[in-house]
Amino acid sequence: MSDFKKPKTTAEYEANFPQLKPLMDANMAYYESSRCLFCYDAPCVKACPTSIDIPLFIKQIHTENLTGAAKTIYSANFFGHTCGKVCPTEVLCEGACVYNEQDVKPIEIGRLQSHATSDTIRKDKSIFKKADANGKSVAVVGAGPAGIACASELATLGYKVDIYEAKAQPSGLAIHGTAPYKITNQDVIDEVKYLQKQLGFKIIYNKNIDTRRELNTLESKYDAIFLGIGLGDTRSTGTPGEELENCIGATEFIEQLKLDPLSVTIGKKVVVIGGGNTAMDAASESARLGADVTLIYRRSKESKGAYEFEYDLAKSVGVKALFSTNVTEIIGDQKVVQLKCVKTQSTDGKLKNIDGSEFTIECDFLIRATGQVKQKDFLDLAGLEYDKRGKVKVDSDSGQCSNPQYFAGGDAVNGGAEVVNACAEGKSAAQGIHSYLLGKQS
Amino acid sequence: MADLRANLAGITSPNPFWLASAPPTNSGYQIMKAFDAGWGGAVWKTMGVPVVNVSSRYGAVNYRDTKMMGFNNIELITDRPLSDNLREIEEVKKYFPDHAVIASLMVQTREEWHQIIKDVENAGADGIELNFGCPHGMCERGMGSAVGQEPNVLQTITTWAKEVAKVPVIVKLTPNITDITEPARAAAAGGADAISLINTVQSIVNVDLDTFAPNPSVDGKSTHGGYCGPAVKPIALNMIKSCAQDRDVNIPISGIGGIETWRDATEHMLLGASNVQVCTAAMHYGFGIVREMKAGLEDYMDSKGFEKLDDLIGKSVPKVEPWEHLNLNYKIIAEIDSSKCIGCQLCYIACEDGAHQAIELSEVDGERTPHIIEENCVGCNLCSLVCPVEECITMVDVTKNKTHESWSDYINNGKAPTTFDDDRAGGKHHWVPEPKDALKKRK
Ligand SMILES: Cc1cc2nc3c(=O)[nH]c(=O)nc-3n(C[C@H](O)[C@H](O)[C@H](O)COP(=O)(O)OP(=O)(O)OC[C@H]3O[C@@H](n4cnc5c(N)ncnc54)[C@H](O)[C@@H]3O)c2cc1C
Ligand SMILES: Cc1cc2nc3c(=O)[nH]c(=O)nc-3n(C[C@H](O)[C@H](O)[C@H](O)COP(=O)(O)O)c2cc1C
Ligand code: SF4
Ligand code: SF4
Ligand code: SF4
Repeated sequence: MSDFKKPKTTAEYEANFPQLKPLMDANMAYYESSRCLFCYDAPCVKACPTSIDIPLFIKQIHTENLTGAAKTIYSANFFGHTCGKVCPTEVLCEGACVYNEQDVKPIEIGRLQSHATSDTIRKDKSIFKKADANGKSVAVVGAGPAGIACASELATLGYKVDIYEAKAQPSGLAIHGTAPYKITNQDVIDEVKYLQKQLGFKIIYNKNIDTRRELNTLESKYDAIFLGIGLGDTRSTGTPGEELENCIGATEFIEQLKLDPLSVTIGKKVVVIGGGNTAMDAASESARLGADVTLIYRRSKESKGAYEFEYDLAKSVGVKALFSTNVTEIIGDQKVVQLKCVKTQSTDGKLKNIDGSEFTIECDFLIRATGQVKQKDFLDLAGLEYDKRGKVKVDSDSGQCSNPQYFAGGDAVNGGAEVVNACAEGKSAAQGIHSYLLGKQS
Repeated sequence: MADLRANLAGITSPNPFWLASAPPTNSGYQIMKAFDAGWGGAVWKTMGVPVVNVSSRYGAVNYRDTKMMGFNNIELITDRPLSDNLREIEEVKKYFPDHAVIASLMVQTREEWHQIIKDVENAGADGIELNFGCPHGMCERGMGSAVGQEPNVLQTITTWAKEVAKVPVIVKLTPNITDITEPARAAAAGGADAISLINTVQSIVNVDLDTFAPNPSVDGKSTHGGYCGPAVKPIALNMIKSCAQDRDVNIPISGIGGIETWRDATEHMLLGASNVQVCTAAMHYGFGIVREMKAGLEDYMDSKGFEKLDDLIGKSVPKVEPWEHLNLNYKIIAEIDSSKCIGCQLCYIACEDGAHQAIELSEVDGERTPHIIEENCVGCNLCSLVCPVEECITMVDVTKNKTHESWSDYINNGKAPTTFDDDRAGGKHHWVPEPKDALKKRK
């Protein structure tokens, strides 16, 4: 059983979702930063998709130069604060820290990073240098991490940038997806505001670009277009009964939770289908909302896509798991009441249901974390090439698409990774756009 | 079990660990508490002329996560009345007759010296320490280091003290001088029974970058202070060695400066100190640290088969020679144990930028353990010092010519080199990259 009660007040909600990486105080940061060895060609930097100069910013924190530390971070990654909190550091920088080789606790790089950035954001310190306006303009579709990183970099290069965003808030899945115990919505929004205030890009909200006419306008009005459109809704697996009430896609469920945590619908006996990080998040979150949660994944425990620490986190709040189990039918009149399942077996990579192993399980709320669809409709509309899995085809250095006026980055290109990858790709695409437009000029 | 009883010029104590004259020995209360905790002796906070102190009085050097690795003060001698101190000395001696109570003194005229020595002897002091070391506040009045820096004056005052003293006289030396053996010899010539060193080193520990005033700040201004704590141990060890080796000094030494653990204390004694005195460590951690010192020294002595302190005192003195006697044929080079290496590459960049370009990175992708380029390694040791892993980089003996040949031998045998063709850095087998290669290197 879950140890949590469904939260009725904001205070109860916050108590059920305490921050996993709370901010450090100055004293903690002082001692933690003192441990960094200042490695040469440091492996932590190599493991960071945005190559932040980690030993440098840690040394700057240690010498009480927090603004300098924040400059070091932001010069590589515009979502420095968010990344410090939501990055899977265990498999990135902290996982690469040389201390692991000695079985000593690695440096808490993520928390140190947010320590520096939270200070500059709170004090609203101006740290970015902007080139003079160059008279050129770029449209960005999607105000997720990729779009905002691209817009920010372009703004420093002197471009006028307008971001078109379908939703009412910035930062895409960083707000609508990341688990509430990793970062608060306010933290994410504060960072975007901080960037926007200094860099001056514009965001036009509630503006879904979904017609050819709109695209024509963008193409004629702007010198280049960057697509940071991410992925679409949860993919259907065609399981009978998916259309029943109380059967929901994971990203949709999490978005509801993030936008209105006190009125999100949840059941008492929740099943989450899937073996990826989103499944683990949805399971953890359901448990923290007071539900009894079972995770069902069709493959073995070893072949799940989720990071081990995400699985551990889910287990730690009481989530049970059934591996090598297939949900074959969702049963119920109007609402879900039961799931028909069968055990599976993998032979030579092929998954087979084991005859005679069928069973049912009680379930009044089903969350399907079966992956997000790609934005093929949009790409067809824009006339851009994508691979057979629906990922936008781009030049890996410049992010340029099959139509040279278009550039892309983030989940739409990499098929779904982390915030930090979207930031890296958005920023490098901005450089790609810059070289492309400079080239056109001469 | 090792016998820790110590003897400095006839002053005996149950162990060699004394508290140095400083705030921890300001009162009978503190000294009784210290003896109860295990200290073998205490040098009473310097008594003498009336003084007035300032606030604040201390500054510190913090290094990385270590607080107070260096400590600095602008305090003067005791500001408690002499009569109170005398009464308390008497009381302490009543409770602890076998512990050493030393009276540290600082006055001006011959008459004053005679009087105060008689007073403290009457109170029961086992010895007297002449404070010729205080580097601030007192020297302006012709006392403390003003005396310690003038060997003639130091000798004269020592003679005055010896004219009346019945108990042993220790002269405490200031390190703020070019050659420590000069005042040490003067003390011996004046008849001192022992010397103690070092007192604090003149210093400014840091400057407040907002107020521009150094610390400690007294109403916005500061003054130079006396530096002590772990940071000064190397200075103390060298000066103790110099006094221990000097034939004209030839009196027992009480070692002071940067002692915090049994290891520090043992090093002082190996280089010639008959006992040790401690201040900063007691100010930082309280009297309890003496337990670690006693236990450590005892275990060390047992493991080495030393039965009494005399078995180890001065054992390292003959191990220090002038540079020109060192063996030039001896050669070591660095070796990396790849099974211990954690891949920080600090050794690489240290040798590359700060030494002899004798370490290269692996060509194999993902392999982070660097390699030693043997013909370029001069055996300087830098890499093994920066390596964060214990015993990961060791220095191995590759001496080919097993004869001992020093610079003195070169000179005596007419072998002084006339060309730069030595085997080591800059020499025959050592390549130095071209200047422009610096710009080709990967970042
Ligand atoms: C449940 C969940 C949890 C996650 N947790 C983490 C985590 O803990 N740590 C981590 O680093 N990453 C996490 N991720 C991944 C991370 O959020 C994404 O990799 C990242 O946000 C991708 O950024 P993006 O800019 O490419 O796309 P998105 O963040 O998806 O942003 C795309 C934006 O474009 C807008 N848009 C799309 N199409 C249009 C259009 N046609 N017109 C206008 N606007 C449009 C969308 O509304 C959206 O705001 C998580 C993802 C999910 C789903
Ligand atoms: C605050 C303070 C006051 C001191 N006062 C005296 C003193 O009155 N007389 C004296 O001989 N030495 C005095 N000293 C010097 C110490 O006895 C000792 O020589 C010096 O601190 C070096 O030892 P350490 O590194 O173990 O602290 C004082 C040191 C400090 C820190
Ligand atoms: S690997 Fe660890 S110790 Fe080395 S620089 Fe990075 S954080 Fe510091
Ligand atoms: S300093 Fe030590 S641990 Fe670091 S790379 Fe060199 S040998 Fe390895
Ligand atoms: S001993 Fe000195 S020269 Fe030799 S490898 Fe180490 S740092 Fe370089």
